Parts: sequence; structure tokens; C-alpha cells
Amino acid sequence: MTWETVIGLEVHVQLSTQSKLFSGSATKFGAEPNTQANIYDLALPGTLPVMNKEVLRMAVSFGLAIDAEIGKRSVFDRKNYFYPDLPKGYQVSQLDFPTVGKGSLTIEMEDGTEKVIGVTRAHIEEDAGKSLHEDFQGMTGIDLNRAGTPLLEIVSEPDLRSAKEAVAYLKKLHSIILYLGISDGNMAQGSMRCDANVSVRKKGETEFGTRAEIKNINSFRFVEKAINHEVERQIDLIEDGGRVVQETRLYDSELNETRSMRSKEVANDYRYFPEPDLLPVVIDDAFIAAVKATMPELPNAKRARFVSEHGLSDYDAGVLTADRAMAEYFETVVSTCGDAKLAANWVSVDLLGLLNKADKSIAESPVSPEQLGTLIARIKDNTISGKIAKTVFEAMAEGEGDVDQIIEQKGLKQVTDTGALESLVDEVITANPDQVEQFRSGKEQVFGYLVGQAMKLSKGKANPGQVNKLLREKLNNG
Amino acid sequence: MLSKTVTELASALDRKETSAVELTQAFLDRIQQLNPSINAYITVTAEQALAQAAKADAIRADGKAGPLTGIPIAHKDIFCTTDVLTTCGSKMLHNFISPYTAAVVEKLEAAGAVMLGKTNMDEFAMGSSNETSHYGAVRNPWDSERVPGGSSGGSAAAVAADLCAMATGTDTGGSIRQPASFCGITGLKPTYGRVSRFGMIAFASSLDQAGPLTKSAEDAALMMNAIAGTDVRDSTSLDLPAEDFTAKLGDSLQGLKVGLPVQHFSKDLNPAVSNLLQDAIKVLESLGATVKEVDLPNNHLSVPSYYVIAPAEASANLSRYDGVRYGYRCEDPVNLEDLYKRSRGEGFGDEVKRRIMVGTYALSAGYYDAYYKKAQKIRRLIKEDFDKAFEDVDVILGPTSPHTAFKIGEKNSDPVTMYLEDIYTIAVNLAGLPGMSLPIGQINNLPIGMQLIGPSLGEARLLNVAHQYQLNTDWHQQRPEV
Repeated sequence: MTWETVIGLEVHVQLSTQSKLFSGSATKFGAEPNTQANIYDLALPGTLPVMNKEVLRMAVSFGLAIDAEIGKRSVFDRKNYFYPDLPKGYQVSQLDFPTVGKGSLTIEMEDGTEKVIGVTRAHIEEDAGKSLHEDFQGMTGIDLNRAGTPLLEIVSEPDLRSAKEAVAYLKKLHSIILYLGISDGNMAQGSMRCDANVSVRKKGETEFGTRAEIKNINSFRFVEKAINHEVERQIDLIEDGGRVVQETRLYDSELNETRSMRSKEVANDYRYFPEPDLLPVVIDDAFIAAVKATMPELPNAKRARFVSEHGLSDYDAGVLTADRAMAEYFETVVSTCGDAKLAANWVSVDLLGLLNKADKSIAESPVSPEQLGTLIARIKDNTISGKIAKTVFEAMAEGEGDVDQIIEQKGLKQVTDTGALESLVDEVITANPDQVEQFRSGKEQVFGYLVGQAMKLSKGKANPGQVNKLLREKLNNG
Repeated sequence: MLSKTVTELASALDRKETSAVELTQAFLDRIQQLNPSINAYITVTAEQALAQAAKADAIRADGKAGPLTGIPIAHKDIFCTTDVLTTCGSKMLHNFISPYTAAVVEKLEAAGAVMLGKTNMDEFAMGSSNETSHYGAVRNPWDSERVPGGSSGGSAAAVAADLCAMATGTDTGGSIRQPASFCGITGLKPTYGRVSRFGMIAFASSLDQAGPLTKSAEDAALMMNAIAGTDVRDSTSLDLPAEDFTAKLGDSLQGLKVGLPVQHFSKDLNPAVSNLLQDAIKVLESLGATVKEVDLPNNHLSVPSYYVIAPAEASANLSRYDGVRYGYRCEDPVNLEDLYKRSRGEGFGDEVKRRIMVGTYALSAGYYDAYYKKAQKIRRLIKEDFDKAFEDVDVILGPTSPHTAFKIGEKNSDPVTMYLEDIYTIAVNLAGLPGMSLPIGQINNLPIGMQLIGPSLGEARLLNVAHQYQLNTDWHQQRPEV
């Protein structure tokens, strides 16, 4: 029996505004509990919501980035339920008229294939606070710092067919929100949270199977593992003659399993109705145009431009544009050194290697893009060889100074003076009579060995092209 | 002295016949003497009042007094105030002291008014008789056996009994106008969005509006000057240029077109009330007004649709009272569900619980379209009826209430009978229009008011009509013997 997996993702993105969605409280992560909650966040009687316009700008920019319909008139609703970390007893969200309507984005798989994934909608809503169950001797602590932080809930169509596709979709979303600068996208801190609706069906069926919603997936890696585990569970269940029940399941990353959150799934009746304390949000074309004008170049456009403008391969362009900070780093390197291909190599191989090893982000790179650009420029103007450049790069990574400073201090400047090189070549010929003899009797491959000896003697500083030329002249004329 | 209007008191203060401190002390003395029997105040803020009065006297001495400087006021206990209790008439908030002040209170304080205390009200403003208050019923100063009306019953009784010079109230379905009628005073519910709701405890957010309860239309205009205006803290407040509500008080009524809704003057109208309304109409006609019938065909649907919309909004607005952060919390909850159930079960009174249940039901899956959505459609129809009527007339005139104040306990066994008390006033809230009540006579020594309804933002015209009527009659000057 072959099975097909059907996945839809609901991604909550915490928008990185200075203040909350409907109150002036700060939104900084990690503050002392309840120090970022004002009278509205505490739901004191008589308090009223006031919309943070920056949230609207961010939501619209996301909508434009995925070519979505922008809701010209969006309406906030109250979603009613009781929970101690939901002070008002309702969450303000958008039900029928979200700010962002239907859109889509294109994901790329490892094998290079592309697929368009539909986005059903993205709506603005308030985050809840946090219930803290530890350290309170069986009681529960409430931290309302997060209560009212703006979220954009992005709901995909059930277009994803594997855990890998789900991860690619999530990575694409992550890349877009980072490009737009609307969230820090930090999954570990909960700035980006993912719920997955997973079902399976026999290949060829048109109806969807019964889905389970998996909550609490807080890393790209766990998304893949959680979905794969859930798919396996559902297939096993059906093949053993069982039935999948519609329910919410929690992913446990330590045990790598999902388990039912509620034994009996009681359908929650949230009793949505329009929030009477807020007027509908009306967005005109001028607002949309103004948002559009401030939007940065997005990954796909940047990638295409890197290919056409910098002559990079599509693959290199893809690697360099996956992350906005990386793309910007690369462009600074190019503008400093004037050689896009060398720059692409250095950034995607040497720099990324260095960062991966040190577990650092591009923003934390010990080598600035200007430094790396200068280094490449020194290769191009023959001040140093490519090999010596690696030494300089390592020294810069260790914080030993700027490019020219290190070259100077360590005496790494390439030797191009013909007189000095001639005596170097002479020394090699004198020291290796046997090899010279072999070469002259027609054994061409010995030539490489002799060049190597010359380079070694110069401690790598000799200009390899010039050494090559001089050595051949001397051997042929000798 | 204490029965004087705001305007009269201000000139007495200007002429140095009295000082704000003396005046405040005199009101405080009267409150101490009469409040135990009338129960109009939940909290009396004597110390703060005298301090504010001293400040007001200093401002007056500096020549910087405005029309409300040093005038003693009472605030409905629905407005949040720092330092003293804000109970909303509920056990749920029996211990609640707000860390912030309501916009209305702030503005009146800035205008120099002296706060005497916080007045009694139906619990969470849900009631038409002030009998649902956790702090006990308020007695009508005209007859202590009778209710003052509700929900702003404490404020209305305080103004009528000269326990303050003016008072604030709120009106969701008639809660300023009906008690004004029952107590023989003037009350105005402004256009929805005129007055900031910031700091006013919500009952039904799309209907609630604060307004003045006063001894004359002129006083109401002065209070409106202080409290109206946009507020960035209330997203539903209207962004309008400042308006002087006293500017048109003196205008002639020559050519005024008054509409009489056929639905308000049907055979069901109490004949005694009808006669007094006819007298009032004659006064207006003598001043140059003409009258004609207008049709409000959906008026009969206002009470049923109101009792879907208002409870629906209330059911969510009152969810925050959960015993977790402030307010009443039950003793020794065993778990979260117990905390919720007992805190809310013990903290809310019956009428509040009834409305929460009705509202929860109306919003439930499967019933939403039949109740909430339908009610919203009716609301639009009601608004359209008014819009159409106002194409032909300047103001609409009719009864405020079907009758005079009823006896305490007379109507609280059947909720629907009580709900029908607001049959003339509710449509005005659903349409978001300004409406006022002013006294036009007495039946068996009990006052009764007439209602004037204006088009959106038509407060100044309403106040003009009311003021001209009061210049030619003295019903608003009648005071109960207490």
C-alpha cells in the first residue's frame, strides 16, 4: 500500500514591534516577569485597545511579499475562552476579514525542484501570557509580559506532501520574514511557532484523511521529525484496522513522539464576534503603496539579480540569498573587491566554514565584509597569493588586525621582484641536479616539483606565475 | 443654596456669596444627613473633596475660574478613580481600587469640578431600577418606597435630592434618561463616540456612552463642554473639532420641526403621560415649533435585539472578572475551575449572571446567525428608520418611560417586565444617537420626563430645545421634600 501525506502548517510569527498590539507596553524578550504589562494587558476594568499601526505595516508587507490579496477592510474579533494567562478572557484576533488574504510562495527542494504552496490567509492577533508551572510548589505562576504581543498567524493550504516540503516551506517563510525585518524568527525563543495539521490517505484518493494537529514544534529539525513520526503513527494505526481521530497532539522532542493533549476532544466554541472596542481597519491604496515603497528586495528577486548582475551560478546565488544578512554581507564584499565570483567563493566556503565551526551567525562574524573585500582585492592586485590569503583570513578571524597590517607584520607580501626570484630559481636548480637532469631529458612532470621547491623556499610568498616563467626559461636555456 | 443650578452656583461663587470649600462642606453635611436613607452614594470622598475645593478657590482667586470651577459633582461608580473604590455596584469589585482615572473624571477634574464621591448603580449598569446593586437599592427622593430608576439611579437621586450640583452617568439602553425621568431632572445621552469611554467600566461596548445628569439643560451643556472630545485612548471616540454646547442655547425655536413617532404615541401610551406630553408639545408650539408624525416602523424590535447585542458584548466584557488578578476571589479554591466557578458564582449577582448566560447563548455555535447576526441586522434597520425620520424633522419627541417611578420590589420578579421599562429609550442607543430626558410634569406627585432625540451629533439642538422649554416652564425647578 502506498500512502500520501497531506500537511498544512499554521505558523505564528511574533512581530518585532517596540510595543504591543493594543497597548504601549514593551515587548522585549527575557524581561523580569510582569514588568512589561500595563493596565490594558492586565485587563483592568475600563481599559481599551488602541491599534499599533506598525503591526499593520508589517502584516501588509508580508502580504505583498507573498503576492497576497490585502484586506482593504479588516475586522478584529473576540475569541472567547477562559485561561489564566489570557487576562481579558478573550483573545483579539481576526476571523472573517483578515488583513492578508490568499497568497502563495515557492519552495525549493534539495534536488532543485520547485513547488508553489498556497497561503490561505495571514491574520493579526494577540499573543497570550505564559503560565509557569515550575518553582511554585504545585501552584501556577502567570507572566503577562508576552500577553498582547502582536502575532501574525500564517495559515497554509494543505499543499505540502512531505515533512521535507514542510521544512522547506518553513525555511522560506523564515527567510521572508527576516528579509522584511518583521520578526527575529527565533524559534527557540518562540518568536516563530509552528503547528502542523497532518493526515494520510491512500495514493490516488481525492478526499483528505482525518487530520491531527501537532503543537509545540519549536525547531526546523523537530518539524521534520514530528511530522514523520506522526505520519508513521497514522499509517500504522490505519493498517492495523484503526481510525485516526481528529485531535490535538503535543510533540515531545525528547522522546520523539506525539501524544494526545486531551483524552476527549471537546470541540471548543470560541463564540467569535466583532470586537466592539475597535473600528474596522480600512487600508487604502496609498497605504499599500507606501508599504511597498519601503520593502526590501526579497530573496527570489535578489537571487535572480545575483545571477544576472554578478554572473553567479543559480546554486551560489541561492546559498547567498537564503539569508538577508548574508546577501548584504556578500554585496559589501563585492563592492569592496570588485570580483563577484571570488567573493562568492570566499563567502560561501571560507566565511561560512569559519562561522559554522564557531557556531556564529553572520552578524557575529569576526571578519567584516570590508575586511574580506580588501583581502580579495590584495589577491587580485598580486600583493598576496590565494594561499597566503587563507593565512591572512585566519589571522583576521583571530582578531590580529586588518588585511594590510597582517601582511606587513607577518611579511607575507608576495615577492615579484625579478632579481630576487631569479636567485631563488637559481638556488633551486643548484640544489636539485637530479631533477633538473630528468626534466631536461624530457620528464615534464618533474617541473611541478621544482616549482613547489621554489615556493617552499620563498615560504609561499613568491609569485607563482613569475616563478613558473623564470624556471622554465632557465631550464630550457641551461 | 444647594438646590441651585451649576450656573447659579458659579455666579454665587463669583460674587463671593460662598466659597467652593463652604459649598462642598454644605453638600458633605447634607450627604451625611440624607445618604443613609437615600443610599445614593457608595463612597463619599470628603477629604479629597475639601482639598479639591480649596484648590478651586485658589484658582478663582487667581481669576482663572471656568464655569465648573468649585462645583461639587458626583460620579457614577462605573468610572475608575484612583485612591478610592470603584465597585460598579458589584461584589466582584468590592475591593477594587483603580491605578488610573477615567477620561470623564479627569476632564471634569481639570475643569475644576469637586468630586464628592461615587454613586450607587445597578450592578455593572445592568438594570432599570438600581435594585441590582450589591450596595442595596437607592430610594427615590420623591418617594422613599420607590426606585430612582437605573442604572444611574444613585447619580439621579443625588442630583434630585441636592446631594450634589451635578453628576455623571452612563447610558447603554436608557440608564441616564430613565432615572432622570423618575427623579425629575435633566439627563443627556450623547452621540456614541462623543465622550471617551476610557476608564468607564464596560457593559456593552458598542452602546455605552457617558453623559450628564443635571438640574437644567444649561448645566448639561456646561458639562458636555467639559467631557466631550476625542481621546486617542478610545478607538471608538469621534475625532471632531471642539464644540461649545452652550452656543445655541438661546436660539429661537421658530421653525423647529418636531417629530412625534406614531409608535410612541400609540393607544398603549399611559393617558396621564400622554396628557403631559401634549402640554409640553403646546409649549414648544407656542415658541414657534411645528409638529408632525414620524414613523419608526422597527421600534418594536429594539428591545429584543438589544437584549441579544448587549448581553453578547457583556458576556465577553465580564470574562475578565475571574478572581485571578483583582476583585473578588472565592475562599480556598481547590483548582482552577473551582476558582473560576466560585469566584464568578459568588461575585456576580443574579441579573448579571442572567445576562452573561443569555449573551453566551446568543453567540454560541449554531445560534449566532439566528440571534446575534439577526440582531445586528435589526440594529441597522432601526438606524435607517431614524435617518429617514430626520430627513423631515429636527428633533423627535416622545415619552422617556412608560410611567413614573415604580415601587421597590414591584418589578424585579419578572426580568422581561423590567426590560420593557426601556422600550422608548433603547432604540436611541442602537442607532448611536443623542437623546435626553427633561421633566415635563408630575403624576401623583411623581415627576415624569419627556425624551428628545436628535440626529447624530445633534446635542446642541437638543439642549437648545430643552433650554427654551425650561425658560418657559418650571418643572425642572421642582424639588422633592426630603
